[in-house]
This record gives sequence, C-alpha cells and structure tokens, in this order.
Amino acid sequence: MAENASMRRVIIVLVAAAALTLGGCAAKQPKPAPSAPGETSEPAQGAGAGTASAAAANPDDEGMGPQAGLLATRLVYFDFDSAEIKGAGTDVVAAHAKYLGAHPATRVRLEGHTDERGSREYNIGLGERRAQSVRRALLLQGATDTQISTVSYGEERPAAPGHDEAAWAKNRRVEIVYLTQPLPAKP
Amino acid sequence: MSVRPVPDSVPRRLPRGTARAVALLALLALAPGAPRPASAALEIEVTSGVRDPVPIAIVPFAPSAPADGGLDVAAVVQHDLEGSGRFRALARARMPAKPTRADEIAAGSWKGAGSDYVVVGRVSALGSGELAVDFDLVNALTGARLATQRFVGAPSALRNAAHRVSDVVYQKILGVRGAFATRIAYVAVEGAAPEQHFQLIVADADGANQHLVLESRFPLMSPAWSPDGQYLAYVSFETKHSGVYVQRVKSGERRQVSARAGVNGAPDWSPDGRKLALTLGGGGGNPDIYILDLTTQDLTRLTDDPAIDTEPVWAPDGRSLYFTSDRAGSPQVYQINAQPGAHPKRITFGGTYNARPRVSPDGTQLAMVTLDNAAYRIAVQDLSSGAVRVLSHGRLDESPSFAPNGATLIYSERDGERGVLATVSIDGLTGLRLKAPQGEVREPAWGPFSP
Repeated sequence: MAENASMRRVIIVLVAAAALTLGGCAAKQPKPAPSAPGETSEPAQGAGAGTASAAAANPDDEGMGPQAGLLATRLVYFDFDSAEIKGAGTDVVAAHAKYLGAHPATRVRLEGHTDERGSREYNIGLGERRAQSVRRALLLQGATDTQISTVSYGEERPAAPGHDEAAWAKNRRVEIVYLTQPLPAKP
Repeated sequence: MSVRPVPDSVPRRLPRGTARAVALLALLALAPGAPRPASAALEIEVTSGVRDPVPIAIVPFAPSAPADGGLDVAAVVQHDLEGSGRFRALARARMPAKPTRADEIAAGSWKGAGSDYVVVGRVSALGSGELAVDFDLVNALTGARLATQRFVGAPSALRNAAHRVSDVVYQKILGVRGAFATRIAYVAVEGAAPEQHFQLIVADADGANQHLVLESRFPLMSPAWSPDGQYLAYVSFETKHSGVYVQRVKSGERRQVSARAGVNGAPDWSPDGRKLALTLGGGGGNPDIYILDLTTQDLTRLTDDPAIDTEPVWAPDGRSLYFTSDRAGSPQVYQINAQPGAHPKRITFGGTYNARPRVSPDGTQLAMVTLDNAAYRIAVQDLSSGAVRVLSHGRLDESPSFAPNGATLIYSERDGERGVLATVSIDGLTGLRLKAPQGEVREPAWGPFSP
C-alpha cells in the first residue's frame, strides 16, 4: 500500500515537473518540483572562477514523455547490491525500449540510485551499474546509444526518507527521465 | 611560534550567530522564493571517556579587553581537553586561587583540590595590534613547569591560539600531539529529495568557527583536503552530472578538474599535493581508479576491471593506493602500486563488506566501513598483523577520516532520523558526537596540521 502511494506521488510530481517545464515556467514554481526544471544547476555561491559551464543552456531539461500504459511508469526497482532487472521492471524497460525505437529523436536520461547502506562512493558505482543495466536492456530492445545518457546519484537522492527495508526497496531504483531536447535529425 | 593569522576578510566566513542570516541571503539570491535554513554551529556531546581521566585545572587567563573580544581562552582549552575524554577539569568555583603565572601557583593547594596539573596564562595586546597568549603548564605536586609557551597572532586568531594551547597540554601530558588546532570539512544537508539543500562547510575541529565553502541544490560529496590544507577537492552534481572540483578554501576560487562521461568521483590528493586519485566511469559506465596530474592534466589509468573499483586513497609514502573493489563478489579493500599495469593485492578478508579505506598518517592502520553483525560500522585493521577491531556501535556508520595525529577518527553515524558526526579514539575508549541543530551532517574529512 505504502509503496504504491509513494510511487504514485513520485509519478505525480514528475508529471507536475514536466508540465512546468513544458509551460516554460522557471521563475515561479508554485509546488516543489524535482531537479528544478528550468534551472539546470546551482552555481557555487560566490565561487569566482570556473563555473560558467554550470549555468549553460539546458539540453538536459526534463520533459513529460509518453504516458500511455506502461510508459507512464518510469521506475525500475532492484534487489540489494544487485543491478539485475527483474519482475515488473522487465516489462517497463521493454515498453520504453519499444517507444525509443519508434521515436529515434527522443532522448532519455537514466538516473541510477541505491539505498543508504554502505559507503557513498561505492553506492555511486552501484547506481551507475544499475543505470547501465537498464541502458543495455534498452539497446537490446530497439533504442540506440545516442538516445541514452546515464548518471548515478548513489544514495544521495532517496525517493523514500525512512531507514528500513520498505524505504530501502523504494530507493534502489533507476528513474527513466525523458528530456525535452530532441536529437538532431540525421542528414 | 606565531599563530597563522586567520584573515577576517574571507568572504564566506560565517561567524557563529550570523551564519544563518548570511547563508539565507546568499540562497535567496540564487533561488528566489525558496528560503532554506542554513546550518549553525555543531553541538558537542561526549559519548564516552576513559575511566580515569587526568585531573587538571585550567585557570581563567588574564584577559586583554577589548582586543580579545571577550573570548574566554581557558574555557576553550577546557572544552577541548574535556572533549577528548581524557581529562577532567576542576570547576572554577573550587579553585583555591586564580593565578595567571607559574610563579603564583602554590603547588600543594592544587593537589589538595584534586588536580594533578595546572594551566595558567594571560592574553596581552602587543603594539603591532596583535595579541600574545602566554601560558604555563605546571605539575601541581612538584611545582615543576612542563611547558611555557607564547603564541602571537591577529585578534581574530585568538581562538586558534587557544586550540594550540590545548595541543601543547595534550602532548606534554599524554605524549601525543593534540589535533585541536585543526579543521574539518563536512557536508550538511537539509530537506528531502528533490528539495534538498547541500552545503560544504569547513569548521574548527570542535565544530565552531564555521565557514561555508559551497552550497547547491544538487548533491555535494566526498570532500578531500590538499596536504597543505589550502584546497578542497570534492564532487558536485550541479550540472546534473558528476564532476570533480578543486577549490581554494580561503578565496573560494575553484576549477572543474574532471567532468568526463560517466562517474567522476572519490578524489584523494597525493601526499605531494600534485595529483588526485579519482574514480572515473567512462561512457561504458565501469568505474576504475585513475591518477590525474593537476599540473599537466595527464590521466593515468590504474585499474581495469569490470567490477566497481572506487574510493582510492594514497598511502602516506605516495607509492601505493588502497581502494574498494567488488571484483571478488563483495566489496573489499585492495592495495595497488601507483604504476600503470600494477596488480592489486587484496587487503581485507573478514566478512562480506569492507569499503571506503583511509590510511593512518603513519601508514600502519587502515580505517574502513565494515559489515559487523548486520550493521555498518567503523573498523581499523592493523596493516602488518591483519588484526581488525570494530570501533563504532551504530547501524549506519560511514566515512571514517583520521585526525592528523592518528589518535582519533571522525566519521558519520545516524542518530535517530538525523545524520551526525562522531569521533572515536583509536583505542576505542573515548568518543564525541557533533550534531547540527537541524538537518544532517556527514562525510567529515579531517584536515592536516597547520604549519
């Protein structure tokens, strides 16, 4: 029950964020939105040099993406210390692979996450391994390499705040994030 | 002898009371409509101490108003020494007298009050505008002077001078150099994703005198001090991608040193300060250990394995590195020579999880996170005998970092819902907890001795 409710919340927030992005609304955000659409990054406060690129235009802005059926599900879950896609995740990944294959200009970013147990940089590695696992599955089923980027946040951006197995299960995930900027058309 | 001046014109230095207001203003400028509280000074709680702490009296120092700004030097020294868990200070109300010079001490009366040692001192203003702190450490039984020393510095460095007094007292009585006049860096986090607020903070080792280095709405991770204590390397996700940055603490000036495809993480400075060991994932997403020359930008690959290789740390002699790898199925610590093509040697064998190694300053001990009775705890392994001792008692302890004197580890633990910092002595006998008034603090990195 709790997990479903939480998943729904995540999806609703994602959709809200996407709507904000599509509306071009960056200055005023009435509700909390993940990853701050419209503001790609936070330059270091007072950091003099070397941060110009941090504020560059945002080809990585998040979009709403497809919503039909399984495509509305953007989360793939994993077992502890594992990057194996299993159960419902298999169908979710297959649906997105098919969509990406049919829409070759569409881009996604795969964000890998872990639960809080163990060391933080090892968890960055584990989150990357999960993102790569989803990437490979998408490639096998029709997507192309240029459509996919990956990032691992390890345990730094948990979806659920608790410190028990229920929270950990929700945090061991890959989020499939559709990006607004399409790939340039092939010559 | 002189205290390294602590400049008072540093742009992001946050005096205790104003930290929140300043940080809030800065934040408002960046993210209109989204004010978030900033971290305030850490609160210290002694969690364990030795059974027979050394009884000592730290008599109030003769002040030098108004130049000393009202700072109670003896109180800072007392706080340091009691916080170490190895000293018990005599209450001021029970002191038989309030001498400020060694020759004013009547030895017998202090022993009668239960003190083995007496510290006396005075602050005086010099013509140059600087302050001098003079102190004596006296054996209360014999009246012998164990230390007499003077520290000179700008008025803003008075607190640092007090920590230096603590360092000397600690060394004269316990035989180990104190690490009170050092700094720590750590990450403070408030809010839940996606509305998180990250701060990279530098503070005195006692948690006071905070200085905001960087803040971001995206994760900040893995701070690492340069050997000279002037720079921090760290990981920032501000571009929605990991990048390794090097920042001069005093000026805030910084540069991105790695933002390659895939993982950019886990920086650690070589002992000569010229290179960074780091973890790079590359486009294929497989994290391996590399060495980046900070002058030439040359990149040397050290490991090439389909496993996760990460968390490199240099041995103090600079000839080898330790790192975490799950190449044998579970995360374990390995050692590899700092040469391309070298073969790693496995170092840890106990249990299914040993990660995030840190090497003691003398190179003899390895601190790490270990899975102990289904809990993640801080352990120390003797590198010659292989013997392992678990030093912490939490369930989610992580990120150990050695004090530069090798006597203490700082790490992060979970106190209920909050991440806090904790210290434990290498003998496991004494411990402290440092909490932020709100939000969580983690990933402490203990800086080097200052010159």
